[in-house]
Amino acid sequence: MKHLLSTRDLSRDEAITILDVAEDMAEVADREVRKLPALRGKTVVNLFFEDSTRTRISFEAAAKRLSADVINFSAKGSSVSKGESLKDTAQTLAAIGADAVVIRHGSSGAPRVLADSGWIDAPVINAGDGTHEHPTQALLDAFTIRRRIHGSESRGRDLDGVSVTIVGDILHSRVARSNTWLLTTLGASVTFVAPATLLPIGVENWPVAVLYDLDLALAAHPDVVMMLRIQGERMHAAYFPNAREYSRIWGLDDARLALLAADSMVMHPGPMNRGLEISAGAADSPRSTVLEQVANGVSIRMAVLYLTLSGEGGKQ
Amino acid sequence: MTETILVRAATLADGTSTDILVRNGRIAELGRAIFASADRLIDGAGLIALPGLVDLHTHLREPGFEQSETVLSGSRAAAIGGFTAVHAMANTSPVADTAGVVEQVMSLGDRHGYVTVRPVGAVTRGLEGQQLSEIGAMANSRARVRMFSDDGKCVSDPLLMRHALEYVKTFGGVIAQHAQEPRLTEGAQMNEGTLSGELGLAGWPAVAEEAIIARDVLLAQHVGARLHVCHLSTAGSVEVVRWAKARGINVTAEVTPHHLLLTEQLAASYDSRYKVNPPLRRDEDVRAVREGLADGTIDIVATDHAPHPVEAKDCEWAAAAFGMVGLESALSVVQASVVDTGLLDWADVARVFSRTPAAIGQLDGYDRGIAVGAPASFTLYDPSVSRVFETTQLRGKGINSPYLSTTLPGRVVTTVHRGHATVLDGELVDAETVAAAARALDQAGADHG
Amino acid sequence: MPARTVLQQADITRALTRISHEILESNRGPDNLVILGIPTRGVVLASRIGALLAGISGTPVPTGALDVTMYRDDLGRNPTRVPSPTQMPVGGIDGKTVVLVDDVLYSGRTIRAALDALGGIGRPAIVRLATLIDRGHRELPIRPDFVGKNLPSAQNERINVHLEEIDGDEFVTIEEATA
Repeated sequence: MKHLLSTRDLSRDEAITILDVAEDMAEVADREVRKLPALRGKTVVNLFFEDSTRTRISFEAAAKRLSADVINFSAKGSSVSKGESLKDTAQTLAAIGADAVVIRHGSSGAPRVLADSGWIDAPVINAGDGTHEHPTQALLDAFTIRRRIHGSESRGRDLDGVSVTIVGDILHSRVARSNTWLLTTLGASVTFVAPATLLPIGVENWPVAVLYDLDLALAAHPDVVMMLRIQGERMHAAYFPNAREYSRIWGLDDARLALLAADSMVMHPGPMNRGLEISAGAADSPRSTVLEQVANGVSIRMAVLYLTLSGEGGKQ
Repeated sequence: MTETILVRAATLADGTSTDILVRNGRIAELGRAIFASADRLIDGAGLIALPGLVDLHTHLREPGFEQSETVLSGSRAAAIGGFTAVHAMANTSPVADTAGVVEQVMSLGDRHGYVTVRPVGAVTRGLEGQQLSEIGAMANSRARVRMFSDDGKCVSDPLLMRHALEYVKTFGGVIAQHAQEPRLTEGAQMNEGTLSGELGLAGWPAVAEEAIIARDVLLAQHVGARLHVCHLSTAGSVEVVRWAKARGINVTAEVTPHHLLLTEQLAASYDSRYKVNPPLRRDEDVRAVREGLADGTIDIVATDHAPHPVEAKDCEWAAAAFGMVGLESALSVVQASVVDTGLLDWADVARVFSRTPAAIGQLDGYDRGIAVGAPASFTLYDPSVSRVFETTQLRGKGINSPYLSTTLPGRVVTTVHRGHATVLDGELVDAETVAAAARALDQAGADHG
Repeated sequence: MPARTVLQQADITRALTRISHEILESNRGPDNLVILGIPTRGVVLASRIGALLAGISGTPVPTGALDVTMYRDDLGRNPTRVPSPTQMPVGGIDGKTVVLVDDVLYSGRTIRAALDALGGIGRPAIVRLATLIDRGHRELPIRPDFVGKNLPSAQNERINVHLEEIDGDEFVTIEEATA
């Protein structure tokens, strides 16, 4: 695997390999020495054009647990504003000797442009690009689901027959996109629930079912309910009248939580708007996987870094 | 001091084989085996002689954006593409909204001599969409502007568009609208559809183009004015124009070569060479505009040649500028998309790429095409070759072409502008020679006064 | 040249039985032993040895698997390897006598990696090495404590170990490698 730019590009076998390697990485967290020497001497650069402390420290922890050196490059702005351009930044990193670049960028496609450009030779790992994809988030979500269902017997398994309902701003969500491709590749079924304004044109051509009614969706007893964050800027752009109406119709409140089966999962990529798309009760219930998702994120990112950086795949 | 040129055995658009004798800037004689002495003899065997191509939509960028293109470099790009006239859009800096700027642009074109440059005047001052520009002054200037456009931007205010349509009637002009409802396309990056949803790129819906065209044709009908629609790109737009023409509305429309050939699928690579406004659309839209061009609903082809500096495209999609260069590749792309597919023949190409654009722009000298007594502006084109299109075929400053590394048919071998050669043996004649010939022609014209 | 059979099923069984007796003799009994196999076939052998030790001594002996992929010294030089699971037995390895088990001992680099892997997990009191085949050509100062068979080999020869649980049949052969 040279780059990880999207889950769209992952075959079922590739996806399961990543999840299985993450199982091994998760075990390292339980050891006396929580470190593996596999990436000793390699330099991983976190190139974050968008603020995201959580994802960045997750990648940083992952790299360090594999004994890699980490450089954090926080670049504000793009070539449009006064900031350094993607090209200039990439060439600087190549000169520093980055062995891998983890990039988060506000523009969809920026990691792909970086990977195809020839400005830098290193593998590129997409940590979120615009509204396009966030592949490691989807991988850690799938890992979390698999572990909750199969526990220590997870290795080698896919998500055949698992039903996942994703609720919220699908239109602007890279998490929704990455999850859709990965979950369906692994055999799960995906349903979107959102107002029509927050669904992309052409969603009928995606491998998902679409509902406007959250209560109807929950009545089908999905195994997983994944709540997406409503961003502040959407409130002022006429996608829905106000937060109150949104929360009333599409929020996972305590009443809806009570309708869920005892062993179903409530997931959220974070950060959460408690009281808006998800109630505090739902966020803190035993069904909530939010904290596991954070821990699993490190294991998944360790697996991804290992698979892209070890082997001749490091430099091609 | 004007050259006499004799072309042997070229093929006209209607298929007849003929010699062409050029003397004193005009076509002196046509027919087989012309007996005459000439300063320059050109072998036209296997070449199609088309009347000089007229581009109704070019961005020459000068004044103000000379790092992207100048009147000289853009003229040279046009000549190598077989053009002898271009209409230069007004989104320069300063904007072409006064007599001074349009006269300057025209003079530069005349001085360089590669093509006739017809400046297009802005509809609104500074392209701000608030107040009409000095349309009368531009119409009465030496540049005799007849076409007005805010291209790059849409005249979206309906009242302003109404007044613009009415006011240009006063001067026998036409408004050329860049149809793009701004509120529906804020931050738009590519055609809105299933692909844009998957790629996470903000969509530019077809309705934003179609709704403006629908409004404008009805306004044109109401006030009895002419309307020209720039770079029409969707199947729905073709239908609106077809409907309008059926009702007798005085509307003309253009399509770009890239909208005749390329689809939105290319955006999946996030390569910003494919980022353009209006965006590349679906297969159905490409089919519809080809059919619209064939049946006359779309009147002409116009390149919307839009050069940009390298750094404006060497970046992530959202940060990249919109636009593609198109002058050098236009005829080849037209051949590939509509001639080789049997939808148009070469006579149709002469109509849509020379005679009709000149008529819309009210440019003299192109109504009869290659005919005795007409100004000698024509191009000799070899449709039989096939080449991989590379930056070596570009002559303007911009290299933002979507055709690089693709195979395109055809090659311009010779271009003659007002009786003097601008392209010979597939290569540009040098700037000094062309400028001198242009001066000589002007002098001869002045002498004959 | 065709493959030459070096060990048949019965030979393998005898070798493992002898190794098990030697382990018990050297350890003076079964106490504090942990048998860890190195994937893939080392795990199978470790499991058999564990069963043999229990049968001979009458006491269960903890067994497990130790994956060494992350500790290899050639990670950047070969195609990416997917690790196998590491399974530590209940009771861990701290203060234990760990016997590493592998099918073929060659350059010694795998065992070096195994020692590093053990170090990341805990601190055994003693580490011993049991191998079914020792084919020589050591590149590091590593020596086995218990050997099934010494099999001097040329560098261009390949040794194939087949075990019932993984390959469906059981033998050890040596042949000239063609590739």
